[in-house]
Amino acid sequence: MSVRVYVPRDASALSLGADAVAAAIAGEAQRRGLELRLLRNGSRGMFWLEPLVEVETVAGRVAYGPVRPQDVPGLFDAGFLGGGEHDLGLGLTAAIPYLKRQERLTFARVGLTDPLCLDDYLVNSGYRGLRNALNLGPAAIVKTITDSGLRGRGGAAFPAGIKWQTVLNTAAEQKYVVCNADEGDSGTFSDRMVMEGDPFLLIEGMTIAGLAVGATRGYIYLRCEYPHAHQALKTAIAIAYARNCLGADLLGSGRHFDLEVRLGAGAYICGEETSLLESLEGRRGQVRFRPPLPAVKGLFGQPTVINNVMTLASVPLILHRGAEFYRDYGMGRSRGTLPFQLAGNIKYGGLVEKAFGLSLRELLYDFGGGSLSGRPIRAVQVGGPLGAYVPAAQFDTRLDYESFAGIGAMIGHGGLVAFDDTVDMAAQARFAMEFCAVESCGKCTPCRIGSTRGVEVIDRLLAGEQPEKQETLLRDLCETLTHGSLCALGGLTPSPVLSALNHFPEDFTRRAKVAA
Amino acid sequence: MKRRMQEQALHPMPAARPLALAERTRVLEVIASLHTLPGALLPILHGVQDALGYVPPGAVPLIADGLNLTRAEVHGVISFYHYFRSSKPGKQVLQLCRAEACQALGAAALERHVRQRLGVEFHGTTGDGRYTLEPVYCLGNCACGPSLMLGQELHGRVSAETFDALLEAGA
Repeated sequence: MSVRVYVPRDASALSLGADAVAAAIAGEAQRRGLELRLLRNGSRGMFWLEPLVEVETVAGRVAYGPVRPQDVPGLFDAGFLGGGEHDLGLGLTAAIPYLKRQERLTFARVGLTDPLCLDDYLVNSGYRGLRNALNLGPAAIVKTITDSGLRGRGGAAFPAGIKWQTVLNTAAEQKYVVCNADEGDSGTFSDRMVMEGDPFLLIEGMTIAGLAVGATRGYIYLRCEYPHAHQALKTAIAIAYARNCLGADLLGSGRHFDLEVRLGAGAYICGEETSLLESLEGRRGQVRFRPPLPAVKGLFGQPTVINNVMTLASVPLILHRGAEFYRDYGMGRSRGTLPFQLAGNIKYGGLVEKAFGLSLRELLYDFGGGSLSGRPIRAVQVGGPLGAYVPAAQFDTRLDYESFAGIGAMIGHGGLVAFDDTVDMAAQARFAMEFCAVESCGKCTPCRIGSTRGVEVIDRLLAGEQPEKQETLLRDLCETLTHGSLCALGGLTPSPVLSALNHFPEDFTRRAKVAA
Repeated sequence: MKRRMQEQALHPMPAARPLALAERTRVLEVIASLHTLPGALLPILHGVQDALGYVPPGAVPLIADGLNLTRAEVHGVISFYHYFRSSKPGKQVLQLCRAEACQALGAAALERHVRQRLGVEFHGTTGDGRYTLEPVYCLGNCACGPSLMLGQELHGRVSAETFDALLEAGA
């Protein structure tokens, strides 16, 4: 049997040259007359090691990285096909501390398997959750989700079971399951990694959601900035249809679920669930008033489960292993695990799935290794562009939904963007307002106009024009945005702005003093 | 009056010149293959932009007719989404990430270099028609920034030097 060699097909690995490495390995093997089987897996989520090449040996998978095409002949010389020693050698992949210390539930398969091989998925516990769900009634599936404590992973952290129960309770001819795959927050890539690295997991989760609430049709609303995820999902869906994992006879049960991918078109606001539904219906992505909730009147006016990729990807395991298994991870009212994403100026950037409850400091230093630049980390933006900038003094805060709410921040989708001490926090505050102005859907006046006025006020503040007056005005404007916006874009833009102003006031006065 | 002119300047609805026959045929094919989908407008706009590189103003009346919408509704959707464009782009679209994770790794300096090197601002097309520069807010490559997408190809840890090398490789 020929040796199995893994080179990731994940977009981040590709962005660092994984295709060229794969081609070099294939070419070198041919030149040397060696047989090997080249597999394209998802990423293990250790991006400072990408492209990470793995070789299957009797002892387990051995890793080498980061590999450049010019390293390949040397790897062959060192006998890497037998796990031979080389400067890029990292030993057994599973023993790398960054991976070993994680609790990978949702990401259990990502990086291990061939994402587009359904048999690989089935061998590794795939479709066990759906099989269990087919034996349970809708109410029992919903109860399992409720009991697991799973909360919406998109950012709002609403209990998934309650949402599903509402859809189940609402009678209608047609119901829908919509997956929010508009992962627009900077610093987040866990949705992308699952869609590229384990697409059947999302398909299975959505199918279970359909069985739970009585929906026979699902849509994945994917951002168009993710062409690799789009390809992976389209291919996986076609395979799932061909193998009765989608369509009119799910796993031979006679139950029905159809699934389709739809592309967004570069509007951040479409990550907001009601805008997303508008967009799916073919309109401008403007937010809707609530009530009615999407669970009652959602897509095309019908009851709709709308959940984030991570939420739906958590479902198969919960149905497979049971509610208690999942609920036993985590702390307080934040149950289970969250795939955190370490991004920005961080030495060991990547994906860290851990139970809720570890501290920000553990993530940034024990996993992240501090900043990439080697300078002190001054601020971390947690939870995307609408998340607060957290100063070093608060790095011991526990990562659970309530602890973060307690310091006026949010975990959101679990993305962390680190900045070193060269960051100008006033510029970051200004950017938050500018971003809101670019991305506002225009429905609410404070967001549509206030964001532009906010940029101007910050500019005047920084220019030292009556700074006290400008600061009062800025705070007043932020209050209006918070209370006068229908959705989180207007409502939370004050969060990065005010956290920057409150925790880093010196950045706002420094330039004013120079100007004065 | 002044205000109305300002609004027009912000969201001009381009005059719809009739399409050339080949383009018209492509647009009609896209409409015919997708118009029965529920919520068909975005898939059709993607289909047209995939086929032609942009959504020409002359396609708007055809799409409106195919979906029983007004031209204003179709134009409103095209102008709402950053991705859809009404004018022909250069040979390749270069999307440069401006979001926070890339900012933390020097995206602003890279942005200055790219603008200067290409000699265009955002949304502009280089004089030789090779590249159209667009801003993008996150490519999901946030642990490997600064990032850019050239066509459908993602590049991470881009520096001024690797950017120049990328241009030379494509030249």
